[in-house]
Amino acid sequence: MTDTQHDAPDVHAITVDVDGTTERGVVSSRTLLVHWLRDELDRRGPKIGCDTGNCGACTIQWDGLLVKSCMVLAVQADGTAVTTAAALAHPDGPLNDLQSSFREHHALQCGYCTSGMLMTATDLLESGEEITDHSVRRALKGNICRCTGYQGIVNAVRATAGHDIPLPHGKTPDTHGAGLDGGRS
Amino acid sequence: MTTSTTTAATTTATWSGQSVNRTEDDRLLRAQGEFGDDTPISRLAHLFFVRSPYAHARIVSIDVSGAETVDGFLGALTPDEVDELTDKFGELQVAPADAEVDRCLASGGKVRFVGEPVVAVAAVSREAARDAAAAVVVEYDELVPLTSADQAVAADAPVIHEGIGHNVLHHGAWDFGDVDFAFQHAQNLIEVDELVCHRFSATPLECSVVTVDYDAGTDVFDIIGGCAMPQFTMLMMAGALRHPSSRIRIQSRDFGGSFGVKIGMYVPATAVALMARKLRRAVRWTETRSEHHQMGGHSNERTFRNVRLAVEDDGTVLGLSYECLDDIGAYSRYEPLGSVIWAQVANACYQLKHLRVDFTSVYTNKGPTHPVRGYSRLQHMWLVERMMDLAAHHLGFDPVTFRLHNYIQPDQYPYTTVNGCVYDSGDLPASLRQALELIDYDDARRLQAAAVGTGKRIGIGIGSTLDSGTNNFGQARLMNPYLPFGGNTEGGLVRMGVDGTVFATTGGVAFGQGHETTTAQVVADALGLRPEDIHVHRGGDSALSAQTGFSGSYASQFAVTGIGAILNATAKLSAEIRLVAGTVLGASPDEIVLEGGFAKVDGDPERMLPFGDVAGIVHFAPGSLPAEVADEVGLVGRAVYRAPFELPDVEHKTGNLTLTYATQIHACVLEIDEETGLVEVLRYAAVDDCGVPINPMIVQGQVFGATAHGLSAALFEHFGYNADGQLLAANFYDYHAATALDMPTIAYGNVVSPSPFTPTGAKGMGEGGGAPLHAVSAAVQDAIGRTGAILNSHASPEAVLDALAGAGADKVRVL
Repeated sequence: MTDTQHDAPDVHAITVDVDGTTERGVVSSRTLLVHWLRDELDRRGPKIGCDTGNCGACTIQWDGLLVKSCMVLAVQADGTAVTTAAALAHPDGPLNDLQSSFREHHALQCGYCTSGMLMTATDLLESGEEITDHSVRRALKGNICRCTGYQGIVNAVRATAGHDIPLPHGKTPDTHGAGLDGGRS
Repeated sequence: MTTSTTTAATTTATWSGQSVNRTEDDRLLRAQGEFGDDTPISRLAHLFFVRSPYAHARIVSIDVSGAETVDGFLGALTPDEVDELTDKFGELQVAPADAEVDRCLASGGKVRFVGEPVVAVAAVSREAARDAAAAVVVEYDELVPLTSADQAVAADAPVIHEGIGHNVLHHGAWDFGDVDFAFQHAQNLIEVDELVCHRFSATPLECSVVTVDYDAGTDVFDIIGGCAMPQFTMLMMAGALRHPSSRIRIQSRDFGGSFGVKIGMYVPATAVALMARKLRRAVRWTETRSEHHQMGGHSNERTFRNVRLAVEDDGTVLGLSYECLDDIGAYSRYEPLGSVIWAQVANACYQLKHLRVDFTSVYTNKGPTHPVRGYSRLQHMWLVERMMDLAAHHLGFDPVTFRLHNYIQPDQYPYTTVNGCVYDSGDLPASLRQALELIDYDDARRLQAAAVGTGKRIGIGIGSTLDSGTNNFGQARLMNPYLPFGGNTEGGLVRMGVDGTVFATTGGVAFGQGHETTTAQVVADALGLRPEDIHVHRGGDSALSAQTGFSGSYASQFAVTGIGAILNATAKLSAEIRLVAGTVLGASPDEIVLEGGFAKVDGDPERMLPFGDVAGIVHFAPGSLPAEVADEVGLVGRAVYRAPFELPDVEHKTGNLTLTYATQIHACVLEIDEETGLVEVLRYAAVDDCGVPINPMIVQGQVFGATAHGLSAALFEHFGYNADGQLLAANFYDYHAATALDMPTIAYGNVVSPSPFTPTGAKGMGEGGGAPLHAVSAAVQDAIGRTGAILNSHASPEAVLDALAGAGADKVRVL
């Protein structure tokens, strides 16, 4: 390595469309996309649960592809478009159908995996693939949840696709939709 | 499917008992939660630990000069500095084992497990902190690692903690009934040489994150991070830091799982606090997945020896005895409480009359154990359930009939166990019948017969278990009579703001259990409001909230202690509202009813006061109230729920160690591939009885979650170590947490047996006591028959193949 190379600052200017907004940043070569999104842009959807690409908590959509943002460098995202879970519903609007279905079917507990689950499920629902219990489970196999046992998640995704899924225990159609949603939806 | 064997107490409740949607969900679904690493802090420094690559070694030298050359480096913390600045963490055990030197960095010139923090470095970014840590050079002199409990208790074993002089942390003898008489007179005796409950953990998806800001002006450590037991943590840190506990504040917001393990956060948090004070700036440590697997807390790895079960010819089980070795890893931390906590469920689900246990907890060179979902009870219950199953198989009983015969029967509640615990309520036979119906037991037996000779084998297994909740901390005295613990409390605070808004704060912290929602449900009922009218604070705050010493989320207790405290607090607020309204409306407080946001004179609809007016008068126009009322009313209800416990009898090791017993009966049908040993779960049913549910949907979710943990632990998860003491599962590649594709669809059923001892008839729930481990072990045994014996709780393909080849059979004897 020459002195010139050694002294060259390892910084790169990037421009990324994040959730529909043009975001500019300066990152080092090694900065992971997930860290840039979280630390610089305060996008709280992508989360880190494993460091190895196993858990899927950092899942985002990247130029239409479903990726784990802990496996992508921020510089690679220059000139591309990234969508995080924060963009699934308008901040001042109601939850989208999938999010509502997650709530109705008790598909989240601590909520840490939830953004990644929503991104993966969105991708599946948009893929045109036939939605079955098995296809949902297969699609979600790269997203780990330690709270729910997945049943509520699988049910929520299938219900969003129009399957007739029974509500969780104790829920009746009368209370379906009645909820504590902070008055936003 | 729902069958209520007992009718829940009727109340005027509108919201309690309903599956209302969760308050928490909206922000979490919108990615607007605030987990540990989400909290924005300006000028944040990042901490990274240099960790030991050896299981047992002497530290020869530490050179941090390389780190100092890294751009962005801020400072380092070494063991010598920690020795100088801190005292050892408090220990629960008696001398001499309390001489352990547990500090936030390796102490006494040694490392004792792979992954033990040795040096902490801080830098301006995550990356710089890692670079700086990588530049630290530590020279070690390797010592012999102890990777099993057997090695640790061998006469010539190296000593892990020199100050103790041996590797035994705790030894206790438990003897109830007359075991010798039972064994002498029983018609049958089942004897098993050794059974092992393996090492795994709950591995919450959010690893630990601790942010500490030190305010030099007030001398306060402000700690933000998921903490499952805040006041206990605060005291542990205060002692270690030699800092007044009044100047340590622990807060959490959203919290990505704990399942018990985050009770151990005080150890790294102390290092972060020292660094924050040293640097005079906020410091954050974000644990990596590998770090979590190495020291985030493992479950009790328990070896049972010389296990004997006495059974009459008619199938009546009389007594059980065994010796037990608990491998608690390198540091005791919350241990050896596990050596007494199993005793909450001494009888498991059975009418056991005689029990003798010789229990030893030992240090090894592995990661420390912490409480993990089902803490200590699941290991004991797995053993009891395994022995029941082996006895049925070997004595020729149908496993269903055998269990039904020996279960505690519905008319025997409250049932006093051999050691004085009182099982509050339950209906195990009804639960089992429901579970068998859900897996279509008869059809499964047909399936099993049809599979013979196909290369596949079908097995059907039952897991019966208890979920003991709201423990009596007095039980710690059974292990150390000098500990000042007794009973259990939780705090709650409900107040009315200046405009009539109702705020509620629980002492506990939630990591997915829906506390905000259930709290809102019960407060709404008590005040005649809707749940969405109640503003429940998320997270916890050790300085400003309603916490008591035992506050926290562990031991399946929120529905009893947390809600009990909230109900008591709401009653106080309600009394104040009625006093004010009565004064204004010219009625006695007893005549005032709270309904729809109004305080009304009962039967006189013309005389009523909106809550906003009640608040307005108290907050802004106290002069309009008589002095005796104005002086009395603060519109704040703060209360404690105290579980009705007495201290245990330390001499005889008896007493009521916990308040409630939720029961779970699980049943599974699985298929074994004879060629590969792979297990596939074909059908699974979980039947839960947690008393009167506050939100049945949340209860069901907890049951599903506990079932997934158990199934994953039974089939996949194992914190194995090699002979050098290297952890073989330091990430999610090697430690396979069940995915959606691995999990079967769970058929859910429930039975409601209200607890006679709790404010709402609810019992704790959510731990499941390891029922899936029992059920899987039993099903694999059922598939294999008597030619091999399932004597380990981990049904790995290798273990299944070994059992198919006859392993374990020689270790089981019928005498």
